[in-house]
Amino acid sequence: MSKFIKLKKGFDINLAGKAEKKIAQVDQPETFAYKPSSFHGILRPKLTVNEGDNVKAGTPILFDKKNDRVKHVAPVSGEIVEIKRGEKRKLLEIVILADKKIEHVEHKKYSVSDINNATREEAVEHLLASGTWVNLVQRPFGVIADPEETPKAIFISAFDSHPLAPDYDLLFKGEEQYFQAGIDVLKKLTPGVIHLNLNSDAEVSQIFSHAKNVQVNKFSGPHPAGNVGVQIHHLDPINKGDVAWTINPFGVIQIGKLFLEGIYDASKVVALAGSEVNNPQYYKTYTGASIKKMVADNIKSDNVRYVSGNVLTGERIDADGHIGYNDNLVSVIPEGNYYEMFGWILPTTKKLSFQRAFGLLSFLNPKKEYVVDTNERGEPRAFVQTGVFEKVTPMDILPTYLLKAILAEDFDEMEALGIYEIIEEDLALCEFVDVSKHDVQSIVREGLDLVQYS
Amino acid sequence: MGFLRDQLDKVKPHFHKGGKWEKFYYIYEAHETLLFVPNHTTKTKGAQIKDAIDMKRMMMTVIISMIPCLLFGIYNVGYQHFLALGQEAALLDIILIGAIQVLPVVVVSYAVGLGTEFAIATIRQHPINEGYLVTGMLIPLVMPPDIPLWQVALATIFAVVIAKEAFGGTGMNILNVALTARAFLYFAYPSQISGDVWTYLGDGTAVSGFSGATPLAIGAQSLTTGENVVSSLGSFGAGWADGMFEFSNLFFGFIPGCIGETSTLMCLIGAAILIMTGVGSWKVITGVFAGAYLMGLGMNAIGLNEFMLMPAHYHLVIGGLAFGAVFMASDPVTAAQTETGKWVYGILIGVLTVVIRVFNPAYPEGIMLAILLMNVFAPLIDYSVVNANKKRRLQRATV
Repeated sequence: MSKFIKLKKGFDINLAGKAEKKIAQVDQPETFAYKPSSFHGILRPKLTVNEGDNVKAGTPILFDKKNDRVKHVAPVSGEIVEIKRGEKRKLLEIVILADKKIEHVEHKKYSVSDINNATREEAVEHLLASGTWVNLVQRPFGVIADPEETPKAIFISAFDSHPLAPDYDLLFKGEEQYFQAGIDVLKKLTPGVIHLNLNSDAEVSQIFSHAKNVQVNKFSGPHPAGNVGVQIHHLDPINKGDVAWTINPFGVIQIGKLFLEGIYDASKVVALAGSEVNNPQYYKTYTGASIKKMVADNIKSDNVRYVSGNVLTGERIDADGHIGYNDNLVSVIPEGNYYEMFGWILPTTKKLSFQRAFGLLSFLNPKKEYVVDTNERGEPRAFVQTGVFEKVTPMDILPTYLLKAILAEDFDEMEALGIYEIIEEDLALCEFVDVSKHDVQSIVREGLDLVQYS
Repeated sequence: MGFLRDQLDKVKPHFHKGGKWEKFYYIYEAHETLLFVPNHTTKTKGAQIKDAIDMKRMMMTVIISMIPCLLFGIYNVGYQHFLALGQEAALLDIILIGAIQVLPVVVVSYAVGLGTEFAIATIRQHPINEGYLVTGMLIPLVMPPDIPLWQVALATIFAVVIAKEAFGGTGMNILNVALTARAFLYFAYPSQISGDVWTYLGDGTAVSGFSGATPLAIGAQSLTTGENVVSSLGSFGAGWADGMFEFSNLFFGFIPGCIGETSTLMCLIGAAILIMTGVGSWKVITGVFAGAYLMGLGMNAIGLNEFMLMPAHYHLVIGGLAFGAVFMASDPVTAAQTETGKWVYGILIGVLTVVIRVFNPAYPEGIMLAILLMNVFAPLIDYSVVNANKKRRLQRATV
C-alpha cells in the first residue's frame, strides 16, 4: 500500500558550494570523537573507559545509567586521548587517537537465513550490546529508542532535503545487501510496517529501489519533505501514547553489516560543502572524524564557521572539531560578525529571503545559488508576523500557537497542538524565516523536555 | 560610514550595564540598529543562517505601501481647499497648501508617538518594536485635514499607552492602535471629527452652494429625505464642483474626507504592494471587500429604504472602507492569526461596516467601528480554528 504524497509548503534553501560528486583521496584524520550531545535522552552518562585506555572499534565506552542496556561504543580502534568536559563536568567528547589499521571487536556472524530465523529478543540483545542500537530514534521526543517498547512502525527517510545535503546515492553506493539485511533485522522489531520514503523529484538510488519487505512511499515537494517527522505526519501520525521509531539509512546499513560481517563498522562518507570551501567534495572516513585535515588548505578565508551537519539544524564546531554522530555533512559558511549600514533597507539581490518583502523579484531566478553568512539579520522582537510559519510547515500543525503554549509551559495545550509529532528539525525553517528572530528549535526542545520529564 | 560607526562604538559602553546611561539602553539600541544591522551571529546550535528579513524591513514595506495614499492625500487636501474657495490654483500651490496642512500632523504623530514609546521602553526596560513606524503614519492618514495638532498628540498618547503598552506592547495589543487614536477623537471631540470638517478652508470663505458633506452623510440623509442615493450623489456639488460624487471620482478620490483615505485607487496600489511582498494578508483584504459587497447586495435585495437600495459597489468606494480594509484590518497583530480565521475576520468586517453604515446613521463611518469590534472578536475566531485543529488530532487518536 505505497503512498504518494505531494507537499506544497516549505522552502528549498539553495546555497552555493554544493559538494562535487567524487570521493577525495586523503589521509585519514588522526582523531575521532564520540559526542553524547549528538543524542537526546542520555540522562546520566557513565564512562567505562579512562584516558589512556586502548579500545577497538566496537568497544563499549559509555552507557546511560538510566537506560543501561544501550551501549555506546568506540567508532575506531586506538587510544582514548582525551575526555572533554564542559560546565558542571558535563561530558562533551570522548576523543580517540585512531590506529593506522582499524581493529574490530568480533561479533557473531549471521547468514541471511540465520537472520530470518533469529528471534526478536536475540536481535534486540545483539543490537544493544554491539552499539548499533543508538541509531534507532524514538518518536515522540527524538530520543534513543527504549528497548522495552515496541514501535507501531519504523520510518526511514531515503533522502535529505536540507541545504547542501549530501547525495545519498553516493553515500551508500554498493551497500545494497547490508541495507537489505538491516531491513530484515528491523522487521523483527515492529509488528507494523517499515516505511521507506523516497524522493519522487529525483532519481532514486538502486540501494533503495531494490529494497524488499518495506512499504515504499514517495514524497514530492520542497524542504522539509525529506524530514522523517513530516513524512510520519502524512503516513501514520503519532498520537498520544503512540511510539514509532526512525532510523537513517546509515544506521540500517550498520545493522546489516553487524549481522552479516560480525563487526561494528563506523565507516561513512561525509560531504564537505559550502561557499567557503575551495573544493567541496566527499570524504570516506569514520563516525566522529576530526575535520582538521579536510579543511586544511581548502578554505577561502579565516572568518568562517564550521558546522557539523546542515546550516538549519547543525552545530558549530572548531576548525579542528569533530563531526557529530548523525551528521554526514560539514558546512562551511562565512561568519556574519560585521555591521552593515542600512542593511535592512538597501535593495540587493545577494541576500536570501523566503519572503518577498526582501527578494521581491527572486522568483525570476529560482536556480540562483546564494552565499549566506551567519549574521542574525535583525534583533529579537515580539511575535508579530502571522502566517509565515504555516507556509514553511507542511503539516496540520499551528506552529505559532504551539510555540506560545511551550513558552507558557501549558502541558495540555502542547499536547493538544501536536508536540508529539515534531522535533526541532521539523520547525527549523520557522527559525530561519522568523522576522522576530526567535530560537524556535531550542523552544521546541524545551517543550519536549517538559512533556517528557515532568 | 566608518565615522558614524566609530561614534556609536564610542558612546555604546555608556549604555551597557553599569554605564551612566544604562537606563536608556533600548533607546540607543533602537537608533543603532536603525543605522546598522548589528554584528550578532547565530547561536552555536540550530539555524546557522537566517532569513534576510527583519521587523524593520517588514514595517518599512507597510510604510512604502502607504506613500501613494499620503502623497495623494497632500494633493487632495490642497485641491479640495481651492475647490471649496472656488479658486483656480497651480499644481504647486495645491501641493503647498496640502503639505502645510498635512505634514505637521505627520510630524506630531511621529514625535509624540515615538517619544511615548521611548519613555515606556525606558521605564519597562523592553526593546522598542518597530510597530510604531507604521502606526505613526496611519494616524495622520485617518485624521481630518483641519484637525488641531494638540488633539493629534493627545489621541496618539492615548492610543499608545492605553491600546498598546497597557496590554504589553507591540504584538500583544488587542485593538488596532491607529484606529484607537481615531476612535478616541471620535468620541472625545465629536465636533472636530464629524460634520463639516473634511475640507480645509483656512481663512477663506467657501463659494456659495458649498457643502462639506461626505458621500456617507448623503447616504444617511436619504433615510430622511427618501431621495435616491445615486441621484443625490450625482447632483451634489452642482455649480461649484460638478460631478464630484460620481462613481469614477469617488474611486479616484478627489473628494473631501480624511487625509489619506479618500482614494480607493491609492489604497488598491497599497494593497498590491502589501500582497505582492507578502506582508499583508490577501485573505483579510479580499475578505473585507467581498463581505461589504455581498452585504451591499443583500441590502439591495431587502430594499426597505433608499440607502439600502444604493448599489453595492458604491459601498466599496465611499468612506474609509478601502483604507480600512488594506491598512487597518490587515494589521497582523490585531487580526485573526489563523489562515481560516483571516477569511472569517475579513468578511465579517465588510459585512459589519455596511450594516453599521446603513442601520446606524449616528455613526456614518462604519469601518472604524467594524474593525475595532472584530479586533475584539479575532481571538474568539482563532480559538475556534485552533480548536478544530486540536479536534482533528484527537479524533485520530485511539487512546
